[in-house]
Amino acid sequence: MGKPGPEKQITPVTMHAAAQGEKHRRTTTPRLLLLLGPAVAIISVLFGGGLLLGLLQALGYRPQDGLVSLSFEYFAAVGADPYFFKSLALTFYISATSTAIAALLSVATALFMHFKAAQNRLLHFILQIPLTVPHLVVAISMFMLLTPSGLFSRLLCRAGIISSPAAFPLLVNDPFGISILTVYIWKEVPFITFMVLTVLKSMETELLEAGASLGATPMQRFRHIILPTIAPSLGSGCFIVFAFTFGAFEVPYLLGRTFPLTMPVWSYKNFSDIDLAARPAGIAIGIIIAATVIISLFFSQLLLNYSRNREARS
Amino acid sequence: MKIRHFPFVASIVFAVIIPFLPLILWSFSTRYHYPALLPQEFGIRGWMYVLDTARGQIAAGIYESFTLALVTTLISLVFGLPAGRALGLYDFPGKKLASLLLMLPVIVPPLSVTMGLHLWFIRLELVETFAGVVLIHLTFCLPYTIFVFWGVFSDYDPDFEDQARSLGASPSHVVFKIMLPMVLPGVVVAALFSFLLSWSQYLSTLIIGGGKMLTLPILLFSLMDSGDRPIAGAVCLIFILPAFLALIATTKSLGHQSLKGMH
Repeated sequence: MGKPGPEKQITPVTMHAAAQGEKHRRTTTPRLLLLLGPAVAIISVLFGGGLLLGLLQALGYRPQDGLVSLSFEYFAAVGADPYFFKSLALTFYISATSTAIAALLSVATALFMHFKAAQNRLLHFILQIPLTVPHLVVAISMFMLLTPSGLFSRLLCRAGIISSPAAFPLLVNDPFGISILTVYIWKEVPFITFMVLTVLKSMETELLEAGASLGATPMQRFRHIILPTIAPSLGSGCFIVFAFTFGAFEVPYLLGRTFPLTMPVWSYKNFSDIDLAARPAGIAIGIIIAATVIISLFFSQLLLNYSRNREARS
Repeated sequence: MKIRHFPFVASIVFAVIIPFLPLILWSFSTRYHYPALLPQEFGIRGWMYVLDTARGQIAAGIYESFTLALVTTLISLVFGLPAGRALGLYDFPGKKLASLLLMLPVIVPPLSVTMGLHLWFIRLELVETFAGVVLIHLTFCLPYTIFVFWGVFSDYDPDFEDQARSLGASPSHVVFKIMLPMVLPGVVVAALFSFLLSWSQYLSTLIIGGGKMLTLPILLFSLMDSGDRPIAGAVCLIFILPAFLALIATTKSLGHQSLKGMH
């Protein structure tokens, strides 16, 4: 997590970065099975099994009640709910906005850390602190900071800008999810920054020097040399953050409005309903969340391949 | 540090530190009414509650969270290291598929999987048990460990192992005296990742633990509902502490110059 050694280890999210380091070694099949078998078995059973059983339950499969035929009734009911698109849109808005802002801040921070403060170990340490703080704690803290009677409101009141909590803008349980975005940005900027820093550290400096001596402006050097280098790592970092925020429960549960709910909160609300009949709908929403994330992974890979091919052609 | 870099450095430091302020202020307050910036009356009621009145409950929560995270991390390391080695070192047919399967749990949210597993865990009598919660945490911690070791072994040179073997080292000697010392920084990072992930799980613990596994996040949620801010602030700070200490410890063990370069 950002120390000299470990930073390297964050690289492999960018699967091609890992591929570069490989020397195409081969080993025997039994040895491979011994190394990979247990992990593949655990993840297939728990993860694959969990998704499969979830899908079956969402399709109404309940052998213990004699219901063995599958139907899309729960998915159809969820999709037909006027709530559905509002919830999907809110969830997408929160994930996309926090990821985009975090990406911009991360690139700026990584460039600064690499080119201006590479020797500043204390700053590196400070930037690692948010990685260790659970989202739940950050959410509670943002609540204490941003509610109408929170610390920021008190600060503005002291400064004479507002006269009462009522004059403070609504930043918690608000339509734009400001406090939710703030929590995610605070948590994810260091994560993406360290992923980008790893690549910057291993970047050849000759290219930048050549660019500079040929009279490239800083902006041109960024656009044509630095950005292509960090793009894969930045892309995977952003994707992980997007997927995480899309499926996260605690932060929108604590800081969001009661209508519309984000998809994960809506899903769990149905799942934990006293009326057990609501449970399959909750699981169906969970499956929709998983499917959305997997489909976006597929499209982001397509996009990556497309842009790489285009680059190769030009 | 150059003067013109100061605004940037200051804003990073400020941004990182600011969420800790309300937690600290609230945890040390007994009277803290609007619009006071600092509490009208400082006090340790929140801390007294955490360290005295509810000491048993909080200590049990720390113990529960800690043992869950520790066991999950150990299992993740034992199975994650070999898998990461396979992905980092070797080429084999089906590698893309295997890596996709092993990495998918990093992006698919725990919620979707946990709800699906719940019914099955009830039948296997794994709900409300320590083992059941370890299994659900493992589903998400193991892929992260594999991911870290994948990177470690991409930069690893196994020729050292061959040399040791040709000099007559036994397989266990090669593992414990050659490989493990070489990948030790990676082990530390993988362990930290896995520990933190398990340590901060809320929903999966709630669903599978069924309210019986009272980890710190579960306690914190119920405290938030009660709305007592001094107590919530104190518990939050206790919740952060172990991870923060772990960060300092790994920083020390991974790079001794960490605190030097503030020029």
